Amino acid sequence: MEEKILELFGKKLKVINIGLESFAESLKEEGVDVIQMDWEPPAGGDAELASLLDSLMD
Amino acid sequence: MAKKVVIDENNYYDSVTLMSISKDIKGMEGITEAVVVMATPHNKELLENVGLLTDEADNASPKDMVIAVEADSDDLAEEALAGVEEALEAKASGGGDDEYRPRTLDSALDAMPGANLAVISVPGDYAKKEAEKALNKGLHVMLFSDNVPVEEEIELKELAAEKGLLLMGPDCGTAVINNKPLAFSNVVSEGNIGLVAASGTGAQEVSTIIDKSGLGVSQVIGTGGRDLSTEVGGMEMLKGLKALAADDSTEVIVLVSKPPADEVVKKILAEVDKIEKPVVVNFLGGNEDLFEGSKAIYSSNLEEAALRAVALSEGNDYEAKDFTIPEEVAKIVEEETAKYSDDQKYLRGLYTGGTLCDESMLILADELDALYSNIPLKPEWALEDNAKSQENTALDLGEDEFTKGRPHPMIEPYTRVERVEVEAEDEEMAILLADVVLGYGSHEDPAGELAESIKDAKAKAEERGGHLTTIVSVCGTDNDPQDLAEQTAKLEEVGAIVMPSNAQAARLAAKIVQEIN
Repeated sequence: MEEKILELFGKKLKVINIGLESFAESLKEEGVDVIQMDWEPPAGGDAELASLLDSLMD
Repeated sequence: MAKKVVIDENNYYDSVTLMSISKDIKGMEGITEAVVVMATPHNKELLENVGLLTDEADNASPKDMVIAVEADSDDLAEEALAGVEEALEAKASGGGDDEYRPRTLDSALDAMPGANLAVISVPGDYAKKEAEKALNKGLHVMLFSDNVPVEEEIELKELAAEKGLLLMGPDCGTAVINNKPLAFSNVVSEGNIGLVAASGTGAQEVSTIIDKSGLGVSQVIGTGGRDLSTEVGGMEMLKGLKALAADDSTEVIVLVSKPPADEVVKKILAEVDKIEKPVVVNFLGGNEDLFEGSKAIYSSNLEEAALRAVALSEGNDYEAKDFTIPEEVAKIVEEETAKYSDDQKYLRGLYTGGTLCDESMLILADELDALYSNIPLKPEWALEDNAKSQENTALDLGEDEFTKGRPHPMIEPYTRVERVEVEAEDEEMAILLADVVLGYGSHEDPAGELAESIKDAKAKAEERGGHLTTIVSVCGTDNDPQDLAEQTAKLEEVGAIVMPSNAQAARLAAKIVQEIN
């Protein structure tokens, strides 16, 4: 049950940051490997269309 | 008065970036209002409140940016708009550099093989989708986003449990994984004390006291504030607890939360009883009776939890102390009380950290007849008007009523600066009590900003023939970007009394109020 969490504790942290860029900048300052995603609200913020797109992409 | 509202279609920036640009523009000469936001329903409401919602802005989508300014003249408004453009360009070329920014999680994983944690802070409406994608790719998740419905939280936590992954959040602001501070966290030394916390500033206070005591933490796992509700049932805290129990680097465990429902407490304590390692528990303001017969080590406040963990880690007995510097405290009380005018008798606590406000109120309430607040301990202590303090008052300035359309006071201190100015006019105030929270995510110089307003408030009290006592605690470490020692020095320079912990600051304030009466 805890194997994957213990595996995380034993490894170098590698972060994908989705959202506020300042969080990625802070992690870089602390020497953490981090990649910032170019995120924006899907389909112009239209929730219905976004959900349709998501099911198409899955 | 000139108003200008411009829509920048399909140009997405995150809210922190835009808030900081709004603030800079608002600070320009002749600008009375500046709102730079994505056109979400919430932000449209905000624009309406300041009279800057045009039809065009109302019809814009959340992918469109609205730049709205109100200035003394047309020219100044144009200048402000140009200023926004300039700031956005600087952000795009400076902050963005040439780094590759993947648009999908798959390409992010291709670009970073072995990625193991996703930190997600997109608006709440989109948070579940992004968290689900990350969990399905086998990533542990820290979900900073708030406004995620509890049903979605449960679904996400069930998915994470099925996959054996961490799902810290939603609304999780603080976590330290493998000694790396995430989001709003301090740079804490490495050690053998592991934390699982449902409260961000609670985790910050406990981990920094451990650091100040010369020890360190193995992991700080955040759960999000709602994890110990009856609905969620402590799923993440139980998972974190089991993981720390199995982790070789952790020898002492600390659990931190506001009081959960009784049945959730029982569930957590039943799990604690299965663990060999000592587990210190602080459910701030919770019922001690529930701990009867449990192996869990009860602590009444954050400082006690931290110091009990320190004693256990060092193999010492815990010794309860009200103050680590008792002689100095006696002297401070005597000196301060001698300087007040006859009118001065009340304390005002102005907090940026919600859990720190709670901790102080619990300590103060033991000594005071009444303690008014926007988050009162008893219904009869609710303030009639949150904009106006009554007698002894403590405020959590991070609550919604103070943060609508403004950044949290830990990020931008001006909500508190303004409130200190209001309190400074009240001749009955004798003590100003405050917290300063350092670490990543927090303002770059919170003590400097507070020190300026303390100086002015003290001068006002002196003009009236009185004296203002200011008591502050700084939640931080020497390795934080703001530097604990430098921040403490800035406060002491203006005559603030800096106590070693939030609990001790509250106890000193209580002692002085008692002495006055």
